[in-house]
Amino acid sequence: MRKLKQALPSIVVITVLVAVWWLVAAGSTIFPTPKLVVLGTLELARDGTLWDHIGASLMRVGAGFGLAVLLAIPLGLWMGWVHGAFITLNPIFQILRPISPIAWIPLAILWFGVGNASPIYLIFIASVFPMIVQTTAGVHTIEKRYLRAAENFGVPRKKLFLQVVFPATLPQIIVGMRIGLGVAWLVVVAAEMIALRSGLGYLIIDSRNAGNRYDLVVAGMIIIGLIGLLLDGLMRMLEGMKIVRWKYAH
Amino acid sequence: MPTKISLHGIRKGFPSDQGRLEVIQDLSFDVADGEFVAIVGPSGCGKTTLMNIIAGFLAADAGEVRVDGVPRNGPNRKGIMITQQGSVFPWLTVRQNVLFGLPDDVPNREALAEEYAELVGLKGFEPNYPHELSGGMLKRAEIARALVVKPEILYMDEPFSALDALMSLRMQNELLRILAKEKHTVLLITHDVEEAIHLADRVLVLSPRPAKIRAEFAVPFAHPRRVSSPDAQALRVAILKELGVTESV
Repeated sequence: MRKLKQALPSIVVITVLVAVWWLVAAGSTIFPTPKLVVLGTLELARDGTLWDHIGASLMRVGAGFGLAVLLAIPLGLWMGWVHGAFITLNPIFQILRPISPIAWIPLAILWFGVGNASPIYLIFIASVFPMIVQTTAGVHTIEKRYLRAAENFGVPRKKLFLQVVFPATLPQIIVGMRIGLGVAWLVVVAAEMIALRSGLGYLIIDSRNAGNRYDLVVAGMIIIGLIGLLLDGLMRMLEGMKIVRWKYAH
Repeated sequence: MPTKISLHGIRKGFPSDQGRLEVIQDLSFDVADGEFVAIVGPSGCGKTTLMNIIAGFLAADAGEVRVDGVPRNGPNRKGIMITQQGSVFPWLTVRQNVLFGLPDDVPNREALAEEYAELVGLKGFEPNYPHELSGGMLKRAEIARALVVKPEILYMDEPFSALDALMSLRMQNELLRILAKEKHTVLLITHDVEEAIHLADRVLVLSPRPAKIRAEFAVPFAHPRRVSSPDAQALRVAILKELGVTESV
């Protein structure tokens, strides 16, 4: 009930926006009304292509983001803990990080062709840096009193890492993953617009090219937005884990 | 009783904008095995620095700390530090915290953890996370985590200062109850003279920076003590006088 109350203002705003859209679009010959967008979506859902596009995009994000997580977390922990690793690698990452993933598209196509590997690579490149940076910062900001306590008890390295360094950094790692997944979802759509035969990005570009189906363009945009919201919700569920609650509770 | 901790000619300074800031100047004293020594001093006089040097977290510029006759060159589990801020790991449950310092090959780890959780009055809270506990409970968890590794020395740096007055008093009584069961050598830093009289066998009064021992008082009262007794109050006034506070009664 309280949640409903909280959601009420945004529901009202969305309703107003849709109504305005409907009024404006009613006079246009090419810009679709909400009704046409819903009908177009249903058409795609019925013939199954909608699910194929969604599945293709999610698969690419899953692969690229998954690889980025596997590399970024160990690397970030290492860079946070070992000063030499930090001063050696950090400048390189700080140079690579501001390069838009879109700028990598030509190289990605050159190296990986126009198959799935290109967008997966782009997603990887886009999401790996924010996660490395957040993880490293997480290690750097561990409060000294906790490290001192661990030092006081003289625990072995493995225990120090598993019971102090990693869990102390975990909240920041999760923040990094949230940012990383958000960027990954942004990039997959952009990458699919250029090179592929499937995915939500492809759906948008293809719908425009194959007969100005702007109803499907808008449908694709809205679906991208909704799935992005869902993915962020999944990441936020990680923030609810008891082991990281201490960091977010206040 | 044999000497447990021995400080000889400790000196410590830090670089500052106005040149070198001497914090501790030529400090020497001994603590006997099983003795409870309280160190009081004006705030900012270098008490915490001194404790960090004794516990091994900080190196002195000159002089030597010996524990059991062996020069100290780093912290170890023989002496556990308990601070005002506390360092109970918020990402571990109470049970995991208590077990933290125990090596994996100690037999009956779980039973030991339970025993110490019970000793400090945390029975039933073992599955809880620290953020679900009150400040007093957190201190208990920290004490249990320290005691379970059977340290010979407890270094307590204003351990109860962050608690409210009532809880601080209650924790002092708890500490005495625990120490009656398990004899430890305790070094306590506090700015609370009554706390020192309540707990310690001996009180050292430090001067303002650079810290030196200004006076030394034995506390000859048997436990349980009443800090409100005339003798204890007379001692309190004498210690406060050394700290530069005169009371008009």
